[in-house]
Amino acid sequence: MRGRKRIPRLFFSALSLERMRRTGNLTSAIAALLALSAPIVFAQAPPAERFVVVLDAAHGGADSGASINGQSEKAYTLALGVRLRSLLMARGIDVVTTRESDTTVDPAQRAAIADHANAQACLTLHASESGSGAHVFVSSLAPAQQAAMLPWKTAQAAWTQRSVALAGVINSALTHAGMTVTLGRIALPAIDSMTCPAVAIEVAPGQSSDGAGTGSLDDPDYQARVADALAAALVEWRSEERGGRQP
Amino acid sequence: MIPRHQTILFVVLLVASITLGAVLWTTLDRAHKRLLASEESAPTQAPQVAPSEQATLMVANDADNSVAPRVFSLPLPQNPEARARAVLGKLLDLYCAPGSGHPVPDGASSVSQVFLLPVTAVSASSTAGAGRAATGSSRAAGGNSAGGDELAVVNLAGAFVSGHPSGLETETLTILSICATLHANFPNVTEVRFLVDGQQRATLAGHADLTRTYLTSETVPTEGAHS
Repeated sequence: MRGRKRIPRLFFSALSLERMRRTGNLTSAIAALLALSAPIVFAQAPPAERFVVVLDAAHGGADSGASINGQSEKAYTLALGVRLRSLLMARGIDVVTTRESDTTVDPAQRAAIADHANAQACLTLHASESGSGAHVFVSSLAPAQQAAMLPWKTAQAAWTQRSVALAGVINSALTHAGMTVTLGRIALPAIDSMTCPAVAIEVAPGQSSDGAGTGSLDDPDYQARVADALAAALVEWRSEERGGRQP
Repeated sequence: MIPRHQTILFVVLLVASITLGAVLWTTLDRAHKRLLASEESAPTQAPQVAPSEQATLMVANDADNSVAPRVFSLPLPQNPEARARAVLGKLLDLYCAPGSGHPVPDGASSVSQVFLLPVTAVSASSTAGAGRAATGSSRAAGGNSAGGDELAVVNLAGAFVSGHPSGLETETLTILSICATLHANFPNVTEVRFLVDGQQRATLAGHADLTRTYLTSETVPTEGAHS
């Protein structure tokens, strides 16, 4: 596309230079030089917009989080994050993770990683034995206008509305996958400092409508179902973002 | 002539009798002192039975992530701080009862004290973190002159925090239900802070932030979104 636009202008510029050489017209020479340089600017197509997702596996290192069937929450969230990362990368989504191993990452570092990634979505992954299904949380900060400088501890306020929209997309995907979903607001230091649509997801054991359990957190099938649903949600979110249907 | 073995037996029995007598005397003396000590610590006045009053408890439910009001009739003391502690004690008793929708162990003993303080006095010396905590203090400071807003400081027992289930939802619901219950029964309470055994603690059980000041306006019960 870029080449097609550039060739006629270069061709026109070469003709102009030749004409200037023959007639000695200075104005034509300048116009020809400008014409030579112009295609470089106007022929450039906008770079393909990267779609970046930050996956924040909660806890890690000295912070084990909750105990789930004898396994620590930090291990579960890391496993879910790794699985989800693979699914997203297979779908052409760039993924930035806050931790790749059992290391301690404080909330400020998590937020800093997310903010530097300039991401279109940030998911903080948690797990718990309390409740059932998935608990989806958005920052409890009141929405605020975007500004050049944002207070660190309340930076998410400028993104709250988009975070709520992202939570809605995730809610739809998880519900479609047959999971029980509860939505809520929460004050989490890591999320409150993120400058992107950010959602905290707490995965609990699955439960059917009659109350019988349908998925243990240890169950690989259940983990795969959760990861698939989240990946589908983020693909849907990408299409919404690129389709210009931002909230 | 007394046989030698009878002499030895007599001496042994005599020593045993004296020893038993000494032990008995010591035991009696200790029992007497213990009795006197308990009499000194006994209450001099019979406790008054407070009349029953209605209290609104904001009860959390893990199933739908909701906090809903329930009215109970409780014997409540007149002192506001003791009253607040009694109300929260009843709330936490519900959580440790069998079949609770928000199971949390330990019950009423989980709340060691509740302090009710004027907001201005606290916000002037507040060193609470920035963000919402600072925003809340400044906002409440503005409203104090007109409405006499109060800050409730809830001192939780360490055993309660240690035994609390860990998770975003369950911890948040505990905090929100305590804040909402305080506001429902003490409308002047606009802010709530938490201590654990008198000390500030980072989180309840690894998730819910206990360092910030919670505004009761943020904890107005909402129907839990549920799909």
